[in-house]
Amino acid sequence: MDNAQLDATFTALADPTRRAILARLARGQASVTELAAPFDMSQPAISKHLKVLERAGLVSRGRDAQRRPVRLEAGPMGEAAGWLETYRRLWEGNFARLDDVLAELKAQDNN
Amino acid sequence: MAHDLDVETPNDLEIHLIRRFDALPRLVFEALTRPDLVRRWLLGPDGWSMPVCEIDLRVGGAYHYRWRNDESGQEFGFVGEFKEIEPFGRIVNSERPDDQDGGDSLVINLIEAEGSGTKLTLIQQFETKALRDMVLATGMAGGVARSYERLDEVLVETA
Repeated sequence: MDNAQLDATFTALADPTRRAILARLARGQASVTELAAPFDMSQPAISKHLKVLERAGLVSRGRDAQRRPVRLEAGPMGEAAGWLETYRRLWEGNFARLDDVLAELKAQDNN
Repeated sequence: MAHDLDVETPNDLEIHLIRRFDALPRLVFEALTRPDLVRRWLLGPDGWSMPVCEIDLRVGGAYHYRWRNDESGQEFGFVGEFKEIEPFGRIVNSERPDDQDGGDSLVINLIEAEGSGTKLTLIQQFETKALRDMVLATGMAGGVARSYERLDEVLVETA
């Protein structure tokens, strides 16, 4: 997963409404109407959130023209090898920065 | 020198990160607990900064982290309390998104001297396998994943 994908995933998840939508979809697919029901929010507003989740590859829309059910996408949330790789890349970045911070602290210690 | 990062899942509920550093445990502990230092490395993907980094480093003390996507303005944050602090050795704290009450995960940082350097083991403990797996999938810390379950519970109650 490249940085753009990781960033899209973070953005998708950094919103309580979107997290709630994912929690609902974890129990099974749903229509936009069903997803909108618990929130004081219009369907177009929910659809905006769904677009963000779709772009991050976290949900997909069925092809049934009438209903277009929304479901959790197996991709980013469902493949063991891919998961570890995402997580690893994130923390490798963090720890590389921590290396730099520690190098500075050592230099200060020596002076 | 950049050491290798080990990511392990020794059981269904935990993620272990193991990473070595060319610095003494005292300095690693400092970099993990001083806000001015933490905000320089605990950032996640490129493009995210850390506008809030508050740490009250004592048992029972709280911390608050907040990250921001510099381009979109999207923000999210974590809070938690320190359960155990062993200077230069061990830090145990709870963790949850800052927009919810309760639903904590547990984070353990083990800092051990190894030769002239340090071995850091970061352990995250979750309440369910599903949450642990979601964290792995998204790269986010346990608190966000935990919020799914709480919101799911709320949705079930209000259905």
